[in-house]
Amino acid sequence: MPGRAARILLGGLFGLFLLFLYGPTITIGILSFQGPDGGLTFPMNGASLHWFAQLFQPQAVGDLGAAMRRTLTLAAMVTVSTVVISLMAGMAFRRRFRGSGAVFYLTIASLIVPSILVSLGIGLLFNQMEWEPAWYSSAFGAQLTWTLPFGLLIMFAVFNRFDRSWEEAARDMGATPWQSFRHVVLPIIAPSVVGIALFGFTLSFDEFARTLLTAGSGNTLPLEILGMTTTVTTPVLYALGTVSTAVSFLVIGGAILGARLLGRRRGA
Amino acid sequence: MQPDVELIRVTKRYGGAAAVDDVSLAIPAGSYCCLLGPSGCGKTSTLRMIAGHESITEGDILLGGRNVTDLPPAARGTAMMFQSYALFPHLTALENVAFGPRMRGVGKAERLAEAAEFLRLVQLERMADRLPAQLSGGQQQRVALARALITRPRVLLLDEPLSALDPFLRGQMREELKRLQRELGITFIHVTHGQEEAMALSDLAVVMDHGRIAQAAPPREIFERPASAFVARFIGGHNVLDLPEGRFAIRTDRTRLAPAPGGPVLPGHVTAVEYQGAAVRVVVRGAGGQAAEALLPDAVFHAAPVEPGAAVTLGWDAAAAHPLPATAAA
Repeated sequence: MPGRAARILLGGLFGLFLLFLYGPTITIGILSFQGPDGGLTFPMNGASLHWFAQLFQPQAVGDLGAAMRRTLTLAAMVTVSTVVISLMAGMAFRRRFRGSGAVFYLTIASLIVPSILVSLGIGLLFNQMEWEPAWYSSAFGAQLTWTLPFGLLIMFAVFNRFDRSWEEAARDMGATPWQSFRHVVLPIIAPSVVGIALFGFTLSFDEFARTLLTAGSGNTLPLEILGMTTTVTTPVLYALGTVSTAVSFLVIGGAILGARLLGRRRGA
Repeated sequence: MQPDVELIRVTKRYGGAAAVDDVSLAIPAGSYCCLLGPSGCGKTSTLRMIAGHESITEGDILLGGRNVTDLPPAARGTAMMFQSYALFPHLTALENVAFGPRMRGVGKAERLAEAAEFLRLVQLERMADRLPAQLSGGQQQRVALARALITRPRVLLLDEPLSALDPFLRGQMREELKRLQRELGITFIHVTHGQEEAMALSDLAVVMDHGRIAQAAPPREIFERPASAFVARFIGGHNVLDLPEGRFAIRTDRTRLAPAPGGPVLPGHVTAVEYQGAAVRVVVRGAGGQAAEALLPDAVFHAAPVEPGAAVTLGWDAAAAHPLPATAAA
C-alpha cells in the first residue's frame, strides 16, 4: 500500500489523464448542441440540434454522408478480412513450418514502419502502375498492413494458452478436422475473435495516416474531417465529432453486450 | 487367448532419440494393464501411439488382430481419457458426453438420452447441466470417463488418470475404475508412475525404463521376482544388495534385525527409524556403505527397540533372497 502522499500524487496524475482523455471529447459534445446562431467557441448561444441537421445536408466542402458510408463499408471490409486472415494465420503458426519465423517477423515489422511511409509507398506504387487509388483498393490494403499484425499477435496469445488435448479429444471421438474446428476450437476462442473484430473495426474507423495518400478521390471520414477543419467554421464539425464518437461507442457497446449474452448462455 | 492389443517391435523416435525402443507386448482381452515407470520412460508415448495420437516410427500395433498402425484414432476402437481430462469448457457435462455421438450425426434427443445413461454409469446424472468449471476434479474425471466410454471402445486408454486427485479421492476412483473395467469387460490400459496404483489395479503390470520394457508380468510376480535391480528399486519394498554370492533383491518386510544363526547377514548401524503405525521402518547403513532397511511389524520392533546410531545386524532367510542378473544396470 503506497503512502498518503504517493496516493494523492498518483490520484492526481490519473485525474489529469482522465481530463486529457475525455475533456476534449466532452467539450466538443457540448458545443455540438450550439444554437443556430452560435459559434465555434463558448459561450453557448442557446441549444439546438441545428448542426446535426446541417450535417446531413450536402456541404460546400464535401459530402459527409458519403464519407461516413465509405468509412463504415471500409471498416466492415477490414474487420472481416482481419478476423478471417488472422484466425487462419494463427492456426497455421501453431506448428513451425519452413520460414515461419521469417514470415512472422515480416508481418510484425509493418507495425514498426512509419504509417505515413506505408501510405506514401502504396500511393506511389499505384501511380507507377497507373492504377486509380481508391478507398476500397489501395486504402483497404494500407489499413490491413495495420490491423493484420495486431490480429495475428492476439491469435498468438490465444493459441499459446490453448490446450492441444481439446482437439485430440475431439479427434478421439471421431470429429473430422473441420468438426473439431467448428465445434471445439472456434467456440472456445470466440471471445478473442470478437476482440479482434473490435480491434480491426476501431483501428480502421479512425485510421488516418495510412489512408491519407491511398484513399484516392473518395475521402474517408477522418480525411473529410481534416479537410473540414481548415475550411468549415461552423459547429457542424462538432456535430460530426459527436456522431462519430457515438458510432464508435455503439459498436463497442454492442459487441460487449453480445459477448455478455454469449457468456451468460454459456455460464448459466 | 487372443490378445486384445499387440505391440510388435514398436519404436518411436523424436529426432535421433528413441522415446520408445523396440517394444513388443501382448495384452490379453478384458484385462487391466498398467504401464508403469519413472517420467521419461516412454509409457505415455506408448499409450499415445496405441491411441493414434502419436505416429509410429517403426513397428506395428494390432487391436483385436487388426493392424491399426496407420488408422486415425476414432477408427481404432480405442478411446482415450486425457491427463488434463480435456473437457470442452463451453459444453455442459451432458453435452461433453454426447460429443462423440454428435460427431457421428446422431439426433439430439437420442444422443442426449444416451449421454444421460453414461453419466448415470459414473454416478453423475445430477451434474448433467453443469459446465466443467463448475465441477470438482473428481467429477470432471467422471465426465471424461463417461465421454470416453460412450464411444463403446474395446480398449480404454487412461493417461495418468488419478494424478490430479487428492489421496482420498484417488483411492475411491481407483476402486471405481477397477469396478467399471470388471463390469464392462473391456481392456483398460492405464499409464501411471505410482507403483502402488499399478499393484492395486493391474492384471498385467508393465514396468518401463528408458523406452524399453524392464518387466511385464502380473504384479505379484513382479513384486516377488523382480527381473532387475531397476524393477526391484522402482516398485519398492526391496533391498538391492551386492553380496559375495552375487546381487540379490530381498524384501524389506522379510528382513530382520535378529538374524537366524548361520543365515546371510549385513552388519551396520541404524541411520533412521520411522514409525508407520502397523510397522516400523529401520534404515541401516551397512559396513560396505550399502543402504538397506527392515520393515518390522510394530510388535517385533517394540519388543527390542533400537535408536539411530545403534550397531545392528540385518539378516534374512536365504530363501527370501531373490537373485538378480548381475549385468543389469543399477
